[in-house]
Amino acid sequence: MNTLTRAGLGLLMTTAVASAQADEVRIGMITTLSGGGSHLGVDVRDGFMLAIDQAGRDDIEVLIQDDARRPDLAKSLSNEFMQRDEVDIMTGIIWSNLAMAVVPSVVRQGTFYLSPNAGPSALAGKMCHENYFNVAYQNDNLHGAMGAYMREQGFENPILMAPNYPAGTDALGGFKHLFDDEVADEIYTQLGQTDYAAEIARIRASDADSLFFFLPGGMGISFMKQWENSGVEMPVFGAAFSFDETIIKAVGSAAIGAMNTSQWAYDLENAANQAFVEGFREAYERTPTLYAAQGYDTARLILSALEKAHPDDQDAFREALRAADFDSVRGKFRFGPNHHPIQDIHVREVVEGEDGEPTNRLVGLAVEDIQDIYHVDCKM
Amino acid sequence: MSSTLLLEQLINGLQLGTMLFLMASGLTLVFGVMGLINLAHGSFYMVGAYVTALATASSGSFLLGLAAGVLAAAAAGAIVELLVIRRLYQRQHLDQVLATFALILVFSEGTRWLFGSSPLWLSPPEALAGSVALPGGSRYPVYRLVIIAVGMVVAAGLYLLIAHTRLGMRIRAGESDREMIGALGVNIRRLYTLVFALGAALAGLAGSLVGALQSVQVGMGEPVLILAFVVIVIGGIGSIKGALLGALLVGLVDTLGRVFLPALFGQFMAPSDAAGAGTALAAMLIYILMAVILAFKPKGLFAAHD
Repeated sequence: MNTLTRAGLGLLMTTAVASAQADEVRIGMITTLSGGGSHLGVDVRDGFMLAIDQAGRDDIEVLIQDDARRPDLAKSLSNEFMQRDEVDIMTGIIWSNLAMAVVPSVVRQGTFYLSPNAGPSALAGKMCHENYFNVAYQNDNLHGAMGAYMREQGFENPILMAPNYPAGTDALGGFKHLFDDEVADEIYTQLGQTDYAAEIARIRASDADSLFFFLPGGMGISFMKQWENSGVEMPVFGAAFSFDETIIKAVGSAAIGAMNTSQWAYDLENAANQAFVEGFREAYERTPTLYAAQGYDTARLILSALEKAHPDDQDAFREALRAADFDSVRGKFRFGPNHHPIQDIHVREVVEGEDGEPTNRLVGLAVEDIQDIYHVDCKM
Repeated sequence: MSSTLLLEQLINGLQLGTMLFLMASGLTLVFGVMGLINLAHGSFYMVGAYVTALATASSGSFLLGLAAGVLAAAAAGAIVELLVIRRLYQRQHLDQVLATFALILVFSEGTRWLFGSSPLWLSPPEALAGSVALPGGSRYPVYRLVIIAVGMVVAAGLYLLIAHTRLGMRIRAGESDREMIGALGVNIRRLYTLVFALGAALAGLAGSLVGALQSVQVGMGEPVLILAFVVIVIGGIGSIKGALLGALLVGLVDTLGRVFLPALFGQFMAPSDAAGAGTALAAMLIYILMAVILAFKPKGLFAAHD
């Protein structure tokens, strides 16, 4: 409730300040602040608002609403933002199925949408749009990078596991595309499954030399705890979605040693990142996750474009966004032709931190300048 | 398919079955003795897990936490029975479903309000961590074996309670003719509260044990509740013996299906298609099992009111 009231208060305060100015900019944020997986939305929001606060501009109004991970609610909130509040820019959506419900109609009606997380393949390919920018990644990026990294590390026979739903099959597809070889087996679980005894038995019985899994949120927590006590000795790999700072603290020691790919790490060395991590820890008293970094970058991209043009001048503002003229916390950052990032993907290892709790440590580069494979289908 | 995998899967099925039995036995008692459909049974599972997680964190002992979790679930059950359920016995099943569904919402939102939506941390105690060797060179987690043992002890305890004690006699009498035992001077209201609290305690025990294996979070009880309903429908409503057999059957069919169906489909399909199709069919398997059993025995395997 705390987070909700804070969002509500922030909303009230910003509305009061803003209405005075004529060319103020209104940003509508729809994100997941309650229910399962809400820590992603909370982090995106906190990262975003940190950048806005640091900029100290009083002509930007951010309206924040909670979609509770429901596509229908996200859809009606976006209509409210466009018709009643007449926002210039929208952002915030975490989940790909919600993004698919909201983004196409938003950008068609002439509002800019910047995605701080969800990057479904359709929006990078056939359904790409000049007003849609993805600041985080195309969904396959991190999985594909892990495929490339594991191949380079000499693993020959990984076993793959993901829930049986579109993002799960996409994840394994993305992995296989860059692993580019036969895998030992693919296991699909039910979405929201909590007991993995049967799957662990299959992994044990297989002749695989490593495990790659994509189990976002609570599913990953259950699996890692059961994996630890199963007695199976096999190196574990995944994407950062299963190993963000919040999740590995809930998993505990079972997460130690797991390798994961991320486009960002809190110990990446660059000035923008240092300022971000320090500012975030000071403001919210916790270590930021990749979602917070994505929210922060999204806000900083918007701020950099606002320096050059107002969103009412659509062509100039779009050009300013496309130039991505800001210091990303990821180091280098640029957009491909379909407005999705071309970026480096790093490898992190979960280690025991100074306080005894697990934390991620940067290991090295997985893939340099990764680009999604869908941009060839994008005509704009 | 190797024999070690088969053995491991059989034990996995047994473990899922005993956990389902803990849930289903309470559900079937409440349904059989009191004629009440209780959708909020999964909430007691969640209460047990949450209290165990909190008590374990503050006391440092899993055993104390477990005891606290079971007692808290029993207390929650007794309170709910006194405040809400008591008013529902004379109502139709639809009213009971509505009221107990409302209880699910109250429990879930209340828990979210108190503890937030992030999962709580609960792990098996150090002594039960790790795994033991199985014949054939495979290994199996100790903690899952302990869950099976606890389930078996509870099953034996319930059998003794129902077949050989005065309370059990009253419960059986309540199942067959509740007006008559009321007329014979048994305090039926107290009996009902007791049975309901017992059922809640068993659900709390299941939640506490499983919470250490999975994650302790809001809404964790509802998926288990659905399986538990399948179990009591298969086993026959009101029958503890049916609940035990149904739970083991559902546990084994579900676990074996999840491994062997994708492998079976793999014989004649591309691997990724086989994985998808096999997983989808495995998810349906227990409902197919239920349909087949109901086609031949419409009241379940061991119906209490034949």
